[in-house]
Amino acid sequence: MTTAVEQKPNRLRRFDRAAFFQRYGVGLALILLIAFNLAVTPNFATSQTLAVNLTQVCTIVIVGVGMTLVIATGGIDLSVGSLMAIAGALSPMFFTGQLIPLPNLYVGIALGIVIPILIAGMFGLFNGWLITKFSIQPIIATLVLFIAGRGIAQVSTNGDLQVFKVPEFQAIAIGRVLGVPFQVWIMLIIVAVAAFVLHRTVFGRQVLAVGGNEAAARLSGIPVNRIKFLVYMICGMCSGVAGLIVIAMNSAADANLIGLGMELDAIAAVVVGGTLLSGGRATIIGTLLGALVIQLVRYTLLANGVPDPAALVVKAGLIVLAVWLQRQEQA
Amino acid sequence: MTAITKSFGGVPALSEASLEVMPAEIMALVGQNGAGKSTMIKIINGAYVHDSGTIAFNGAPWTAGSPQQAQRAGISTIFQEINLIGYRSVAENIFLGREPKRSFGLLDWTRMNTQAAALLARFDVNVDVRAPLDRFSTAIQQMVAIARAVSFDARLVIMDEPTSSLDEAEVSVLLRTIQQLKSEGVAVIFVSHKLDELYKVCDRVTIMRDGRTVAVSAMKDISKLQLVASMLGRDLAEVKKKGATAFEGGGSKIGGELLTAEHVSIGHRVHDASLDIRRGEIVGLAGLLGSGRTETARAIFAADRKTSGSIRFDGQTAEYNGPADAIAAGMGYCSEDRKTQGIVPGMSVAENLTLALMPALTRSGMLDEARQREVVERFIKEIGIKCSGPNQKIRELSGGNQQKVLLARWLCMNPKLLILDEPTRGIDVGAKAEIQNLIRRLANEGLGVLMISSELEEIVEGANRVFVLREGRTVAQLDHENITEGDVMHAMAHGHNG
Repeated sequence: MTTAVEQKPNRLRRFDRAAFFQRYGVGLALILLIAFNLAVTPNFATSQTLAVNLTQVCTIVIVGVGMTLVIATGGIDLSVGSLMAIAGALSPMFFTGQLIPLPNLYVGIALGIVIPILIAGMFGLFNGWLITKFSIQPIIATLVLFIAGRGIAQVSTNGDLQVFKVPEFQAIAIGRVLGVPFQVWIMLIIVAVAAFVLHRTVFGRQVLAVGGNEAAARLSGIPVNRIKFLVYMICGMCSGVAGLIVIAMNSAADANLIGLGMELDAIAAVVVGGTLLSGGRATIIGTLLGALVIQLVRYTLLANGVPDPAALVVKAGLIVLAVWLQRQEQA
Repeated sequence: MTAITKSFGGVPALSEASLEVMPAEIMALVGQNGAGKSTMIKIINGAYVHDSGTIAFNGAPWTAGSPQQAQRAGISTIFQEINLIGYRSVAENIFLGREPKRSFGLLDWTRMNTQAAALLARFDVNVDVRAPLDRFSTAIQQMVAIARAVSFDARLVIMDEPTSSLDEAEVSVLLRTIQQLKSEGVAVIFVSHKLDELYKVCDRVTIMRDGRTVAVSAMKDISKLQLVASMLGRDLAEVKKKGATAFEGGGSKIGGELLTAEHVSIGHRVHDASLDIRRGEIVGLAGLLGSGRTETARAIFAADRKTSGSIRFDGQTAEYNGPADAIAAGMGYCSEDRKTQGIVPGMSVAENLTLALMPALTRSGMLDEARQREVVERFIKEIGIKCSGPNQKIRELSGGNQQKVLLARWLCMNPKLLILDEPTRGIDVGAKAEIQNLIRRLANEGLGVLMISSELEEIVEGANRVFVLREGRTVAQLDHENITEGDVMHAMAHGHNG
């Protein structure tokens, strides 16, 4: 008994340190990176640099928000990149008038935004259906659309590159409001809404309860299946938004390339941000910061002459570090 | 094996336990949850290493370094969950890891299949050994597992609850197989909670309790009642009625009918369970492990589906689609496994306490934090939850305080019926008394309580009435003045009242 009592404060102190890094580590890393760049990298403190870095992370953060919710329930979604491709490939068909004749351009653009996002959301529901109805592990269930989704996108465009020039649509990515690219505003709004939902609403609490202990959540009357349906749907819709931003930036839709590898970038941002991969604890702001840290590390290395392949190794190192921190806290 | 001691992180699981089996003997090994049976088995088959004590096998000192070594030496274990590969053929499973080979490492399928068929024929099992294992019933799969064990030239076969998922016909086939093993000179250690089976096949019985071997006896020299009594640690001569628990009096304000469950059956596990609960009454549900207590409780709460039978609750037919419906009707359920089915470890005391209440704390989708704080602070004070504050993580609390939070999770819902599965398991003495007092007080205020407990004194002293389950059937109903430990044990052992 006495040894147990003596050990306790010791354990608590170590626990606290791990918790500190868990909580503020990403923000700290971000501040250090910015300070380092201000001192070392030429032309860092320009709005140009800021805009470049922010537009690079926008889609990752938007998908990462959906991914954070999914991971908070203890799941994972590999299909996000393919759903981006579906949304991105479908959208031009509406605003270029390929599918239906347009009464006016703005109706076409509205349809070209709303319908692809809804369709991506429905594919997300399909993920949720596989996972809840047949109790398939999320990694396998979402692998279905990871593979089939891109195929669907390619088939629906005959595999062709769709090039377009519709500035009114492209404004969602490259337009500026108050000097900040419009896509950054979209990202910030999505982050703010999701953070509010996760931490202030009953839905958010239930998401965390499902991830924290599914059996207990079920026995407490929480509609576990409905929660899962919803998070996969939201994740699908976030992917849809990201897909539209990608094609608007490129003024072209290539079903082969939109969102390629996005699932891994998004998961990396979530993990580095401090969300627990096993579910039950999640932070949307962390995901935003996680994506920024990954991006800024890469930028720092590139701007200082380190080749990109080497930057990838550093990115992998960051993920290992984040996972290690998580293990520390759990131990 | 003699004087085996094994501790996990300072907590002793076995203290000076012993077990002895003769060749061609079937030894029953019985005990409550946590008595140390599994630890004992795992030491014999090499999964654990004992801290002290000696083991001899075939007359020579013996330590199994690993389950593989034990198997090669002639000790085979067959677990409750069959650990074979369902989609491989029967023959492949029997020879898994030492398939007969021809030159160049090719498999000798013909020899493998004929040998497998011959092995199974010894146990009167005639199946197509080339068919995938999962095509066959659980009983056949058990038989295949036994055949695999025997094919290692096993001298000792350990069976851990092999019959728990079998139906009656399958059980009798399995028991025949065990006798076949015995006639071939193989020793068997047979773990089961079904007393009838033990009496059918076993020669002797070793009874364990709290990590010790408390009795060894020839099966024919011990009555079922004596067996149950020593499993539970009760001396038949001095069975007492009062004093060991904190339950007090009560039962004066018992009201009308609250819940009636009739002829409930759930798959193989529960065949005909019936019980009823009145308002303000504590009803105990007793039975040995595997008697279907938890299953019955979960079916009432709609956490599992019943196969047949009817349940009425609060004047209405209770056909619920899931716990959410049961909760809406006014039930609460504290599961026996606090850790895996009760607490959400990463969440705070407050979040855990209001987990089921959340819908009521919602104002247009948002959590009413002020009301949450109010509710949480009230219950922390009312039932004395010791924590640094509502925001402390629940996993940092002691077991007793975690249990209080889980009780509060339901009490804040104002339920009509509370189902408590092992409400005081793994809780220190002080907290135990507090929780027992609380349950009594709540019942006096009109709450109906269904209490499952393996601790006999809790049932005997706490309950106004007791239903006893045995092998999935309600075999006895005891009223207040008749509730004695002797009566309850008698019903658990024999299936009827004294």
